[in-house]
Amino acid sequence: MLNLINKILDPIQALGQAALASLQAFGRAGVFLASSIMWGGPGSAGFGDLVKQIYSIGVRSLSIIIVAGFFVGMVLGLQGYTILSDFGSEAALGTMVSLTLLRELGPVVTGLLFAGRAGSALTAEIGLMKATEQISAMEMMGIDPLKRIITPRLWGGFIAMPILGLIFSLVGIWGGAYVGINMLGVDEGAYWGNMQASVGFYDDVLKGVVKSLVFGLVVTWIAVYQGFDSIPTSEGISSATTKTVVLASLAVLGLDFILTAIMLGSI
Amino acid sequence: MSSEEAFVSIRGMSFSRGDRLIYDNIDLDIPRGKVTAIMGPSGTGKTTLLRLIGGQLLPDSGTIKVDGHNVPTLKRAQLFELRKQTMGMLFQSGALFTDLSVFDNVAFPIRVHTDLPESMIRDLVLMKLEAVGLRGARRLMPAELSGGMARRVALARTIALDPEMMLYDEPFTGLDPISLSVTVKLIKSLNDALGLTSILVTHDVDEACSIADYVCLLSDGKVIGFDSPENLMNSGSEQVRQFMQGKPDGPVPFHFPADNIDADFLKQVD
Repeated sequence: MLNLINKILDPIQALGQAALASLQAFGRAGVFLASSIMWGGPGSAGFGDLVKQIYSIGVRSLSIIIVAGFFVGMVLGLQGYTILSDFGSEAALGTMVSLTLLRELGPVVTGLLFAGRAGSALTAEIGLMKATEQISAMEMMGIDPLKRIITPRLWGGFIAMPILGLIFSLVGIWGGAYVGINMLGVDEGAYWGNMQASVGFYDDVLKGVVKSLVFGLVVTWIAVYQGFDSIPTSEGISSATTKTVVLASLAVLGLDFILTAIMLGSI
Repeated sequence: MSSEEAFVSIRGMSFSRGDRLIYDNIDLDIPRGKVTAIMGPSGTGKTTLLRLIGGQLLPDSGTIKVDGHNVPTLKRAQLFELRKQTMGMLFQSGALFTDLSVFDNVAFPIRVHTDLPESMIRDLVLMKLEAVGLRGARRLMPAELSGGMARRVALARTIALDPEMMLYDEPFTGLDPISLSVTVKLIKSLNDALGLTSILVTHDVDEACSIADYVCLLSDGKVIGFDSPENLMNSGSEQVRQFMQGKPDGPVPFHFPADNIDADFLKQVD
């Protein structure tokens, strides 16, 4: 009888423990974020450090963003043309491509690529700094690693991500134009003219930038926290890197729904 | 030892990791201006002791006073200030910043903590590098250094802000004979020239005894001996002598605890 009760209680206990552990980790991550942001503005560790991080997080992600943006734009052009031509509305191709990219695909796909390219690199870098005692050495010099290592990376991601998102959308719009105008024969004036008439700066461009800002902060936060909290062994760093990509990608997709709902006034 | 003579004073300190008790209510005084070697069997928590003194770990109970400040009760900002003013720690791996050159590694703490002009920072860095014999290596990156050189650069970086106390974590491990004797000589000469208090965690009895004024021997969470190296070598305690003289068997058994040997061999299958 006692065995039976234990068999029923064990999974419930395990579930409770897992929930508590997740909550604790979330709490630690929250304190970590608050401390890192509170203790310094973008240039707290020196302006040079911030520029270096924007370069390593942003500029080095440019190639993947540009190539992916161009392909996504070309596919949108192709698919959009096929659908719109059924209704005789090929002229609206520019509007469709630009709105899809600016409102949704730009921020979301950039967020996902950013998590895979920059997020994993940040986690691995900080995890290795921990494993090679560089973070401990900094602490023993009386230098706060949150301020020196984490803050510039957080701000770097926060600043770089919306710029990358805009570049993705821009290149995607060109990709759509290339396929639509050069390959499928959509009128060039209609493509650009309809886009200009229907894309609003506040409703489309700015809201997309707000999404990118949120994704940039969340992805970078997850990445630096996972690195800082990783177990300093090769297995621990590998697991932290995987967690970064999985959690950050899910966070981008989940937050996208919430932000879109808020922006459309559905919540 | 009076508290003025002790730079580090530990009272009633206990520390455990999970269920395992690492330190059981220990008292320890590290004298000011001397080289004290902390020795003991592997896994006894020697590096843990350095991290407790440096405030990177918190004890379960007791006090750890460094220059009169009780480290576990300090606020974060106070702890960083104490480390900046007082402590330097040399890590086993060197822990150099891999993206900075040798020069920039040594300059790093000076640049962060002071507003000195770059020309003065250059002079200071070159002086520190000269002290460890690596002025000529200032443009190299950490990946281009041998293990011994990396540790010497780390030593130069650690003394960059002229700490009062140096903590050395296994400074002799994995060094070739020349690098080893260079490091031993450096630790002693730096201690004497700068009037430091040095705490040395090591396994190497011969090297440690050649420069240490005192040896503290730890085992099973207790201090089992604290004296000059000569006195410990001739200690009345068999356990202390076994470690100091490197005897394979004694109070610390050669064999890991196991079943009776006859019964074990006569068993067919486990």
